[in-house]
Amino acid sequence: MSEADTLLYLDGVTVTFDGFRALNALSLVLEAGEMRAVIGPNGAGKTTMMDVITGKTRPDSGKVVFGSATDLTRLDEPAIAALGIGRKFQKPTVFEPHTVWDNLLLALAGDRRPRFSLWARETGEERSRIEAILETVRLTDQRGRLGGDLSHGQKQWLEIGMLLAQEPQLLLVDEPVAGMTDAETEQTAELLREINKTRSVVVVEHDMAFVRALGVKVTVLHEGSVLSEGSIDHVSEDPKVVEVYLGR
Amino acid sequence: MTLDRSTVLTLLAVLGGASILAILNQATASGSALHVPTYVIALAGKYLCFAMLALAVDLVWGFGGILSLGHAAFFALGGYAMGMYLMRQIGTRGVYGNPMLPDFMVFLGWKELPWYWFGFEWFPFAMLMVVLVPAVLALVFGWLAFRSRVTGVYLSIITQALTYALLLAFFRNDMGFGGNNGLTDFKDILGFSVQADSTRSALLVISALFLCAQFLMARFVIRSRFGKVLIAVRDTETRTRFLGYRPEAYKLVVWVLSAAMAGIGGALYVPQVGIINPGEFSPGNSIEAVIWVAVGGRGTLVGAILGAVLVNFGKTWFTGALPELWLYALGALFIFVTLFMPKGVMGLFAKRMGKRESSAAPGPATGRAVG
Repeated sequence: MSEADTLLYLDGVTVTFDGFRALNALSLVLEAGEMRAVIGPNGAGKTTMMDVITGKTRPDSGKVVFGSATDLTRLDEPAIAALGIGRKFQKPTVFEPHTVWDNLLLALAGDRRPRFSLWARETGEERSRIEAILETVRLTDQRGRLGGDLSHGQKQWLEIGMLLAQEPQLLLVDEPVAGMTDAETEQTAELLREINKTRSVVVVEHDMAFVRALGVKVTVLHEGSVLSEGSIDHVSEDPKVVEVYLGR
Repeated sequence: MTLDRSTVLTLLAVLGGASILAILNQATASGSALHVPTYVIALAGKYLCFAMLALAVDLVWGFGGILSLGHAAFFALGGYAMGMYLMRQIGTRGVYGNPMLPDFMVFLGWKELPWYWFGFEWFPFAMLMVVLVPAVLALVFGWLAFRSRVTGVYLSIITQALTYALLLAFFRNDMGFGGNNGLTDFKDILGFSVQADSTRSALLVISALFLCAQFLMARFVIRSRFGKVLIAVRDTETRTRFLGYRPEAYKLVVWVLSAAMAGIGGALYVPQVGIINPGEFSPGNSIEAVIWVAVGGRGTLVGAILGAVLVNFGKTWFTGALPELWLYALGALFIFVTLFMPKGVMGLFAKRMGKRESSAAPGPATGRAVG
């Protein structure tokens, strides 16, 4: 693996909350174009890792490098989002009082400053981008509905659509299939594979069947650091992983 | 910009109502059955100024989720700027007949006009200050508060502190704003006597025009993409950050705009009531403005205007009939609206017409923002 192919590089990242080590010298390398599944028991540090990458939490020590040389630990959330890192939350958070269309409109990559948005008019190009995303996330019929009126699964897809609209290089997706039906889970896996054709993705997930269906490299976190890494078959046979999940 | 029915009705009601009152005051004899007495004109003008304050509060609270409990401070600052202009117009007609110094300064034994009074004899300068002083204060306050991510009830408390601090400052005689008594005994505005019926009628119509202009502007802002982001910030501020927006920038813009709107309301209020004193900074005034908005319907703009006029009409009647009970009635009204009419009077209208409520309307009036 050459340096040039690395998209995200976490090196010895440690985060402590009131003496509790949420992340303990975590190191992780993500290649450009890769999809990675991150699993681990509750409290393993999965969400904290996302928080560190997106600028919500600053690490006590360690490096987080994006692309060739951007140090993410010096930037705040909007700046990191502007660099091309999008995040989907565990609980779907769409803008409930806005229509599906407006949700995507606000997410579209573009000028985020008030002086622009005050006078902005919807352009034909924006419209066609939104149409394309609606198609991808299967919400074309729902464009006029309010975000708050969508079903749980539809909200998850809308949020993934909003991520696509941001045109990020890297997508962080936190438990995308929690609370979904089997059919919806299936469609979501398909959707993520589709997205992965053009972007790098990190998926945090509990659902082992879903992780298996994705068929990608898996990182197992435990107590804030990497326990095991490799294919799903490799990690599920790793005695350390078996002990954490089944032992005690 | 397309206008929907409620917007057209609002504009018609405000402009038409004010014009009819003004005409009935001016064109009929005082004995006529149709005659509208001048005190009604002054009252109506006052209500419209309060409606501007309510509109300003609704813009930040209803759409930005910033519950300001100090908005009357911006209203009062605009009022003081207008009051300073009016004081300078008195000239030698004051009790002491000093051509430069207002009476209270002569009384305090001051020899010359403080530097910050210079320029206020000039109407355009004074009007610039009406907008600029509240806006600059809001800019400094908002920049510090929003940048530090102060939100919710903590922000509300510091807005109360802000208006209270100004109240104490303006009470002091050596501030140079007339202390306890404030600024009063105005004679004329742009050469017209402030006491004259015709001036009062004109001020009423001008207030109506400014209210309509502010209403249209607020409507433009909230329907723009800016407004959509603002509503998103109100409901899920964190999410907007991860989308790359800076919520503090959006809040600051709307906060400064709102302060300027309140300042204009205050400036039109002062010549119509004939006095401005530190009492206008009292924290209770700001809380009352929030109640007007809650009663009318938060996050609807039209509701803010309606609420301000209705509650103040009620106050005028109540303080005449049962003055000592007014504050209890106001408190009871607020509790009633919060519990049983969370979308205010506008919510009732929406229900009556069988339509679903406006997509932009937030939840209960005392939702997250009150904490």
